[in-house]
Amino acid sequence: MSKESIIRGRVWKYGDDVNTDVIFPGKYTYTVSDPKEMPQYALEDLDPRFVKDMQPNDIIVAGTNWGCGSSREQAVTCLKESGLGAIVAKSIARIYYRNCINAALPALICPQAVEAIEDGESIEIDLQGGTIRCAGGEFSFPPLPEAVMKIFDAGGLVPYTRQQLERMKTSS
Amino acid sequence: MPQTFAEKVLSRKAGVAELSAGQIVEITPDVALSHDNTAPIYGIFQKMGAERVFDPEMHAIFLDHAAPAPTTKHAENHRLIREFVRQQGIPHFFEVGRGICHQVLVEEGLALPGEIVLGSDSHTPHAGSMGAFGAGIGRSEMASIWAIGSLWLRVPESIKIVVHGHLAEGVSAKDLALYVIGENGADAALYQSVEWHGEAIEALDISQRAVLPNMMAEMGAKNSYVPADEKTFAYLEGRAKRACEPVDPDEGARYARILEYDAAQIQPMIACPHTVDNVQPLSKLRGTRIHQAFLGTCTNGRLEDLAAAAAILEGKQIAKGVRMIVIPASSDVYLEALKAGYLETFVRAGAVIESPGCGPCMGNHMGVPAIDEVTISSANRNFRGRMGTKESEIYLASPAVVAASAVAGEISHPKDIN
Repeated sequence: MSKESIIRGRVWKYGDDVNTDVIFPGKYTYTVSDPKEMPQYALEDLDPRFVKDMQPNDIIVAGTNWGCGSSREQAVTCLKESGLGAIVAKSIARIYYRNCINAALPALICPQAVEAIEDGESIEIDLQGGTIRCAGGEFSFPPLPEAVMKIFDAGGLVPYTRQQLERMKTSS
Repeated sequence: MPQTFAEKVLSRKAGVAELSAGQIVEITPDVALSHDNTAPIYGIFQKMGAERVFDPEMHAIFLDHAAPAPTTKHAENHRLIREFVRQQGIPHFFEVGRGICHQVLVEEGLALPGEIVLGSDSHTPHAGSMGAFGAGIGRSEMASIWAIGSLWLRVPESIKIVVHGHLAEGVSAKDLALYVIGENGADAALYQSVEWHGEAIEALDISQRAVLPNMMAEMGAKNSYVPADEKTFAYLEGRAKRACEPVDPDEGARYARILEYDAAQIQPMIACPHTVDNVQPLSKLRGTRIHQAFLGTCTNGRLEDLAAAAAILEGKQIAKGVRMIVIPASSDVYLEALKAGYLETFVRAGAVIESPGCGPCMGNHMGVPAIDEVTISSANRNFRGRMGTKESEIYLASPAVVAASAVAGEISHPKDIN
């Protein structure tokens, strides 16, 4: 992981217990299946400004239990496809967290940073170095382990597995 | 450094000396569990460019969610799975009628102390009742395990639950689980490992212990663990498919929280519509009219559950206007219940007995409710629409309370009907 190790973006700050129904409404789960169409519904029932003003590499900063509720993968896909740079939260619901990593969307747990970061400010995340820099200071999070970095580099779990398989085939 | 069960079992499996909560490791599970969703997972597996599974021995595949097939579509799904099993030479495959994946995994000696079970089913923590590490994962993740043999896991923080004393007569592990979920809320164990300790847990039989890890999925837990002891090893005698090495947490391990309860204080509990943490003591719900009583599922469809219900139904009749559905969790349970005379008791009382499987638990078939009907069920989920229609209500209770309510036609305690 090198070229995308540094993420600079503007912050969209939200509270606690934001569930997958407001991140990607349930009514679209069976009508919108193309990932490219998903960003237009992102956070529709939480913050209508997001789709209008969001720029690639922007960063969502949230409280506890971000992404709770349904396990729907679209709640991650819609943000990934919109070009979101990362999610920084006090905590992330278990399946949502796994879906982020498997979709190669950086999801970082750093409660102190969440406290310090203001809505709308620009922050910088160094994935490799494990730091978040904002106006309120610099905060560290445990660097993402090798195994997870490899999934990011491959672009997600499906391409990662494909690569692994090819490697296993050529080495045998 | 002293370790929790989760830290210790994952350390051993990953071959890393001292893992602690928050770290991420690659794990090759001992068991990869899938059920009727095996066919869609196979689709993702092919998309990954995979042809042969990494290790056929690792798989445990069950036809249970809609079995026997209620529609041609379901039957076609089963046919694809049988083809996949044959092509890949998967030995641990369990046909229609064998029973519910979580129960059969235990009966077949495939959920072993100190082992790791990953399953594409949210109630995979069930395997923790045998001292295993069981966790639910997504379909893409399961496909990846099939292809390359491993998956990343984050080492969870742990909650230690200590239950002192003994449960009162007529109070079951189900009541304890519902009480704990009601007290702490549906997200109380998010991403965490829940360990069960104490006198009350040691006193439970294997069947009752299974309820606790099974229900911890409803508190957000990643896995849940009951220490393996003499009862566990006695149960596994002649069953275990391979030798295993149990893992116990260390004295002095660091827990995110320690919760202590006095078993004697727990009374029969009910989870009310439409969330599992909406829990009330039975005493507050007496008299709630029901239309259907459902006894079964991976949570409470074992022999001891059927025995508790049969003891109440013996010589009685199910109330007019109420039907009772009984589904043994497995073919072993079915046979034992037959020999013990429980099935005869159920039929004489007016109940319907269906073939082993998940049945109407998630609304597939074999007794789904009509609009505006109320079901009392021994299952683990009562979400709106779970049993098929959003316009119905589900109350969750112990097998004894389900049986007593069937006789009374309203939510009742077994003592109420004698």
